[in-house]
Amino acid sequence: MSLTIPSIHYLALLPVLTIFGAAVVLTVLSALAPRPLRPAASLAVVLAACVAVVVEAAVQWSYVADHGATTTVAHAVVLDGFAVVGTVAVAVALALSALVVYDWGARASVFGAEVPVLALASSAGALLMVQANDLVVVFLGLETLSLGLYVLAGVDRHRSGSSEAALKYFLLGGFASAIFIYGAALVYGATGSTNLSAIAYFLGTNVVLRPGLLYAGGALLLVGFGFKVAAVPFHQWSPDVYQGSPTPVTGMMASIVKVGAFLALVRVLVSALGTQLDTWRPILYALVIATCVVGAVLGLAQRDVKRLLAYSSINQAGFMLLGVWTGSAAGAAGTLFYVLTYAPVVVATFAVVTLAGGVGDTRHSIDGYRGLARRQPWLGGALIVLLLSQLGAPLTVGFYAKYAVLSATLASGGGALALVALLSAAVAAAFYLRWVMVLVAEDAEDDAERVAVPRATGLAILAGVAVALVFGVWPGPVAAWAQHATLLFLP
Amino acid sequence: MHSSWYLAALLVVPLLGALGALGAARARDGAYRVAVATSVVELALTLVVAFLYDPRVPGAHTLDFATRHVLAAPFGLAYDVGLDGISLLLVVLTSLVLCLALLGARDRRREPAFVAWLLVLTACTMGSFLAQDGLEFFVFFELTLVPSYFIVAEWGGAERARAALKFFVYTFTGSAALLVGLIYLAVAHQNQVGGPLTFAFSALAATTLSHGTAVWLFVAFAVAFAVKSPIWPLHTWSPLAYAEAPTGGSIELSALLAKLGSYGLLRVAVGLVPLALIDVRPVVLTLAVIGILYGSLVACATPDLKRLVAYSSLAQMGFITLGVMSGSAIATEGALLLMFNHGVITAGFFLLIGFVERRRASYQIRDLAGLQGPAPVLAALFTVVMMASIGLPGLSGFVSEYLILIGTFATHAWWAAFATLGVLASAAYLLWAFQRVFHGRAQGPNEHLEDARSAERWVMVPVVVLVVALGVFPQPVLNRIAPSVHQLVAHEIAAVHP
Repeated sequence: MSLTIPSIHYLALLPVLTIFGAAVVLTVLSALAPRPLRPAASLAVVLAACVAVVVEAAVQWSYVADHGATTTVAHAVVLDGFAVVGTVAVAVALALSALVVYDWGARASVFGAEVPVLALASSAGALLMVQANDLVVVFLGLETLSLGLYVLAGVDRHRSGSSEAALKYFLLGGFASAIFIYGAALVYGATGSTNLSAIAYFLGTNVVLRPGLLYAGGALLLVGFGFKVAAVPFHQWSPDVYQGSPTPVTGMMASIVKVGAFLALVRVLVSALGTQLDTWRPILYALVIATCVVGAVLGLAQRDVKRLLAYSSINQAGFMLLGVWTGSAAGAAGTLFYVLTYAPVVVATFAVVTLAGGVGDTRHSIDGYRGLARRQPWLGGALIVLLLSQLGAPLTVGFYAKYAVLSATLASGGGALALVALLSAAVAAAFYLRWVMVLVAEDAEDDAERVAVPRATGLAILAGVAVALVFGVWPGPVAAWAQHATLLFLP
Repeated sequence: MHSSWYLAALLVVPLLGALGALGAARARDGAYRVAVATSVVELALTLVVAFLYDPRVPGAHTLDFATRHVLAAPFGLAYDVGLDGISLLLVVLTSLVLCLALLGARDRRREPAFVAWLLVLTACTMGSFLAQDGLEFFVFFELTLVPSYFIVAEWGGAERARAALKFFVYTFTGSAALLVGLIYLAVAHQNQVGGPLTFAFSALAATTLSHGTAVWLFVAFAVAFAVKSPIWPLHTWSPLAYAEAPTGGSIELSALLAKLGSYGLLRVAVGLVPLALIDVRPVVLTLAVIGILYGSLVACATPDLKRLVAYSSLAQMGFITLGVMSGSAIATEGALLLMFNHGVITAGFFLLIGFVERRRASYQIRDLAGLQGPAPVLAALFTVVMMASIGLPGLSGFVSEYLILIGTFATHAWWAAFATLGVLASAAYLLWAFQRVFHGRAQGPNEHLEDARSAERWVMVPVVVLVVALGVFPQPVLNRIAPSVHQLVAHEIAAVHP
């Protein structure tokens, strides 16, 4: 018996290898160094890795533009425009999160290289997911992504909430992974392959007479994804975990996980199961409505800003699902644009929450924000812009994100669905605005402390605000990029 | 065709003014002075544009100063501006109201953020009136929410938080329907003619729609504009927001932003899906008449002056809706004229109420009595504005209401007949309020009420001049807006009676 080693196109794997490499380097350095590694050194390694990934993505983009999409490692990994944009989104979210973690670690006395290493490893998982062309690779990415985050959720040992969040996230995430892999096994049973292209080919050339196995497998895959993106009814873990986890880690959950999981979901549903459109679209229809409405309505009742942001991100996930529901290239481009622009904005939002949360990362009651925009106009103003962007106000990028998925939905004949989603955004506006109202309130307590803004976190916030405003005024290039990327999607 | 740079300047000047106001915040009154200077420049610029406007540019369909640049092709987003007779008066109103709101908000001259928000709001409103593209219109239309929200939320009365939130959520919900409708229409248009996604009004108006689709689209559009106008029964946010807003904010909300609703109804709903009018016209006309009667009745019963003006606005907006939906060119001209006149008159009302509030820290009718004795000039100014609002011949309100009523009588006589009752009712509630506030014997703090100062008198001069001038000699204005109105109504009639 001979083992054939598949040919490897290293350009495709370069970003994953870079991020993993950085994680390994950091681990080895911190083990070998005589003194504990300085946080600045870890930050430098992470940022260097992110810059390298963005440069590699640029090279990949020009390669894809010249040669078209391609697969490698026995067709398990794909290099196409969609993956390149997803890679950039993950790298940006990672870099901004690393900046926030740097300041937070110093304040929360969480030293050592473990947080940056785990963040790198998780991000590598997300990168693998956006490039995956095989259910096994999706699973691999999902697990790598999640395992790092399980630990990160519990990294703040000074707070019992953190351990609780870690346990909860681990248990439910473990379930979700098991369900996902079971679904993958059933799909393999039904189609004879775990490769997405092969599944699509099989389903395109064969008539599945008894589709029960396929449907069960697809449904289980959907449940697994639903857990990861916190789609209703698989969202129950997210408010607790968002609240309990250290705030910078919550920012990573809301950004990197969403990018990885949504882009993989688009690949699995649109590219592998595209022929079964009529079967999974009604399910997604219900999921979108439930996710949008539950996120918006339950968000209204929250007094804790991290729980509020958890429900906000559930509502946002509903909009991202909307793009997937269309099953069209325009919808995929819409979801891509959405996650690409949402990631930096949400990381920056959690950066502000990290700062306002104080040393113990505990002051997350909405009343703690009373008058913040009056005491500190720049910080408060930044938070207002970030909230308005999530709300979808025009001249912020959030408006165009919603617009992109909505126009795709309407083009696919989902008028009622688009209306429900948009009305849920109007409901969600109430809780974003209540927060804004608290920020500009006059009757703050006199002894309210100023929130110190360290330089690195300030930079991350600034980047998020810049994304919200610059692309809010001038969305053309990013929109064209996302659309172009989807045209370079491997069918 | 004149250069489109004039219109770009109209959009940019207030924004630069807002930046300048924030920059000059250090100096004493610096921000306020910059803002007033900006508003004067803006007003001068709009007057220049209004005089230059030429409705007879060949091939431009009464549009002048037009240009179109695509900004984001995948989204169909474009910068597409132009001025026609329908926008003309409202553009002038926008900068006029800015001036009046700033002058009326002199108490807040130490607050740079307030004047900056007023300027930003002006730019957004101006953009909505100049946009010739559905998506661009929507962006500006929606964007007006942000500054007006902050104006109410930060500088409003005791219940400002509730008022601002209610205002935002109501309007945002309405806009949701508008956005879905616009995208639906644009996608339908793209499916019919191919090519890139476009939201240009001229293109969308040519879309062939089934009758049912047209009705749904009209309803989606009308909901958004009915909330903004407000049209009964979607008005419930407005009395609270008008009453809680600071004087400058009330002026902007009622004199200007309300017009965005009726303008949208005319430009977007009637202009883009006239086919739906066959079914929806009676319904909207009925709602308009109910609004007129309901607003007048509640205005009779309301205990404070700001709410009284808010409900009287509801009645006046009913007249505007009646004219816009009547299908008659004369009534539509009257409605456009009333949008302008009502803007000026309401601004006058809120300015005067602001003066009273400054002296007595109250605008409850029961706190006020016999003000005519100590403050005769104030009473005289109030009389002029009130008479114009009632529709006394020779003042501006009469001309516009008269045009609306005769136009509507020709097309929909019954609705016009009931609407006429509203004219009587407005005389009743305004005169009664005037009686309670100004007549009788002044006692207590009312006895030594200071009369209008010279600064306050000067602010009211433009209001009085416009009220009289447009009452006596409206023809030049009507001549400028007529070609565009006739074109729109012809398009409407062609769709309804093919």
